[in-house]
Amino acid sequence: MFEFILKISLIGISISILGLIYRVIKGPSVPDRVVALDAIGINLISMVAIVSILLNTHAFFEVILLIGILSFIGTVAFSKYLQKGVILERERDL
Amino acid sequence: MSLLHLAILSPFLLALLVPIVYKYVRQIHTGWFVLFLPVLLFSYFFQFISETMGGHSVTKSISWIPSLGIDFTVKIDGLGLLFALLITGIGSLVVLYSIFYLAKDKEQLNTFYVYLLLFMGAMLGVVLSDNLIVLYTFWELTSFSSFLLIGYWYHKERSRYGAQKSMLITVLGGLSMLGGFVLLYLMTGTFRISEIINNAGDIFTSPLFIPAMLCILLGAFTKSAQFPFHIWLPDAMEAPTPVSAYLHSATMVKAGIYLVARLSPVFAPHSGLWLWLVAGVGLVTLLWGSFSAVKQTDLKGILAFSTVSQLGLIMSLLGVGAAALYYDHLDENIFIVATTAAVFHLINHATFKGSLFMVVGIVDHETGTRDIRKLGGLMHMMPITFTIAAIGTFSMAGLPPFNGFLSKEMFFTGMVRVLEMDIFNMQTWGFLFPMLAWIASIFTFIYSMILFFKTFTGKYKPAQLEKKPHEAPIGMLIPPVILASLVIIFGFFADSLLSDTLIAPAMASILPSLLNDSSKFFVEISYWHGFNIELMMTIGVIAVGTIAYLTFPKWKNIYKLFPEKRSINRLYDGSLELIQRSSNNFTNSYMNGFIRTYLVYIFIFFIGMLSITLSVKNALKITIDNAAPIGVYEAILAVIIAICAIAILFAKSRLTSIILLGSIGYTVALYFVLFRAPDLALTQLVIETVSVALFLLCFYHLPKINRKEERMGFRFTNALISVGVGVVITLIALSAHSNKLFDSISQYYIENTYEKAAGKNMVNVILVDFRGFDTMFEILVLGIAALGIFGMIKLRLTRRKDG
Repeated sequence: MFEFILKISLIGISISILGLIYRVIKGPSVPDRVVALDAIGINLISMVAIVSILLNTHAFFEVILLIGILSFIGTVAFSKYLQKGVILERERDL
Repeated sequence: MSLLHLAILSPFLLALLVPIVYKYVRQIHTGWFVLFLPVLLFSYFFQFISETMGGHSVTKSISWIPSLGIDFTVKIDGLGLLFALLITGIGSLVVLYSIFYLAKDKEQLNTFYVYLLLFMGAMLGVVLSDNLIVLYTFWELTSFSSFLLIGYWYHKERSRYGAQKSMLITVLGGLSMLGGFVLLYLMTGTFRISEIINNAGDIFTSPLFIPAMLCILLGAFTKSAQFPFHIWLPDAMEAPTPVSAYLHSATMVKAGIYLVARLSPVFAPHSGLWLWLVAGVGLVTLLWGSFSAVKQTDLKGILAFSTVSQLGLIMSLLGVGAAALYYDHLDENIFIVATTAAVFHLINHATFKGSLFMVVGIVDHETGTRDIRKLGGLMHMMPITFTIAAIGTFSMAGLPPFNGFLSKEMFFTGMVRVLEMDIFNMQTWGFLFPMLAWIASIFTFIYSMILFFKTFTGKYKPAQLEKKPHEAPIGMLIPPVILASLVIIFGFFADSLLSDTLIAPAMASILPSLLNDSSKFFVEISYWHGFNIELMMTIGVIAVGTIAYLTFPKWKNIYKLFPEKRSINRLYDGSLELIQRSSNNFTNSYMNGFIRTYLVYIFIFFIGMLSITLSVKNALKITIDNAAPIGVYEAILAVIIAICAIAILFAKSRLTSIILLGSIGYTVALYFVLFRAPDLALTQLVIETVSVALFLLCFYHLPKINRKEERMGFRFTNALISVGVGVVITLIALSAHSNKLFDSISQYYIENTYEKAAGKNMVNVILVDFRGFDTMFEILVLGIAALGIFGMIKLRLTRRKDG
């Protein structure tokens, strides 16, 4: 029963990822796509978590952390890019 | 290393010293330092005559590459010795002549004598080697040194053209000859010529026999300027005259003749094709060469075509003489005389042609021209040259009392006896042989007369000459005088001087199977045979030739018909140009500079090869016996990846493509999670993020103009190829999975990761412990990539130059 619920939630997450991908593809503006990607990252975290439970292992916890970090960094970088046109600003005196 | 080896290699050693001598002793003409060597070698080889006269031969061997059966084996028998004497004897005279011909202060003497010595050594190697591969080595050396000598005045365009032409043609023949040698080796298992001759009876049934014969004959024909490969010889006349006299009359062009004579015992006894080819080609060359010589206006041009025709004569005689081996059951072998004539004429030709070339060189040197239309009436100014020329030309025309008469008579004898052969319809077609030989002799007579009378008699035309003509210096006259006296001496005393010493031993090498252990060939050369058909033919030649020469201006016009039709030269030039143009076009047609096109070639090749292999090897097999069940989440992930991949193809903007690519990467990371590969998943996530960031960087720096946000165009071929690649790879992957033959070796790692390597993470233990080498070099790859990027960004040489 527990496993069944996990699978149901996996499928739910997958469907939401598909929806988000639709937004990534379609998304009229770039910020739409960035937000969708960020949300895909969060969904991936939950997906990995559920899969870990299903596979009965704790080897993937690092993956969860990593996705969290990466998705944050990625979103911040994208935002900065959209805002200023560059990601790493040059120092003045160079 | 015996003295004999040293004799062959000594020209090469001296060639090493020549530049040093040239550099430090500038007062004395370098040729004097070179002269002693051929004289020394000539006297050295002269001693061997007593040996070969007795029917013996001298063999010395040192190993070179014994594991391949290639040894530097030197064998002196009659034929080799005859050639060695020609090479060293005429070599000495030519060196002496060149000392006076080439000015000390105007010419690059060091290169000249280095090339000449290279050639001399190579030629000695060709005629004295008993090993086919060594023979081939020296053969190519003669081609190269001849190339260098023809192009000696490299600032002249015609010299370069002539050198290139002779190189292309003789090297073509040389390579084909190498092929023939290798085939001979395959049949007999040895490179030793004497052993091959002994085994000749076993190989004529082999399917490789005829190809080997044709390959070797092609080599011999190109080297000896036989029809239609004679075209390089007239163009080689751009070389300095000593070179023409030495290489292109006396020695190198006879290398092919040597080869035919040397290998006659291998091919002739069992194949009528050999004598048919050799005699036929020789005869055509004889006729064509003499016919073309008549219309030349350049003295050296006449001599070049004359050489071609005389070589054809010798070649045809060797062909007919080979019939003696084919019909060796006859008691009274009547074909032997042709071989005698061939060897005898070989000697004669070297003497009179060498002297004629030197005469022409003198005329050129003293008047500044070689054009017979400008020359005339030189008889009184150059009496000695005139006398030498008279002897040479009359001998060439075949008049008594010179040696040319004797060999011409024997030539007719040989040709008339062809009528008695009974193979290949010789009785019906055989009459062509004496017929053609007779016509060619008439032309020979005509051009000899033109050469002689147009140059030395008639009106003296001082206005057309660059210099005031006078007799040549004495040193320049000595070599032709020696040769001309040999012409006369051989003419009177041929029988006593040459027949036992040189001709009979040489024939013993060409026709070994006709001799018993102790017997010798009995060579008889005499002026008077009685009133026979040969004498009539000679009288006919003289009569018709004289009339034709006197009426030459009237029938000269027939030559105007031929030059347009006679297009072997044009064929050569045209085919060279065609080859260049068509290969150029071919390369341009597929190398169009678009990477897209090259990828198309690569992928088409890939699809073709793999699908053909799949079908030929019958490897296509799809079973699902050992497949794991498909879970629902794998399916969903696959659908996500598929949607993203397809969406990339139809994405309008590049940004969308990048984002979609990123999502594919993340989904792959998810797959790693599903298939329990946490390390892979971690790495994949980080790398994917970094590479998406890099893609974005590239995207941002695209130039403004081309940044059109437009869809990828659709091309049918591209679609077809990409689908093909996908299908083929999928099929191969499925077949590979279905054909799994062995279990995996991973059990070892599972058992030993902790036991032997003290780790619990198996992936990492494999990476750094079991197979740490791969990891090391992947670290290296990353290092190189980082340094490369750094270099590309920082090291902008062109821009710095602009700034």
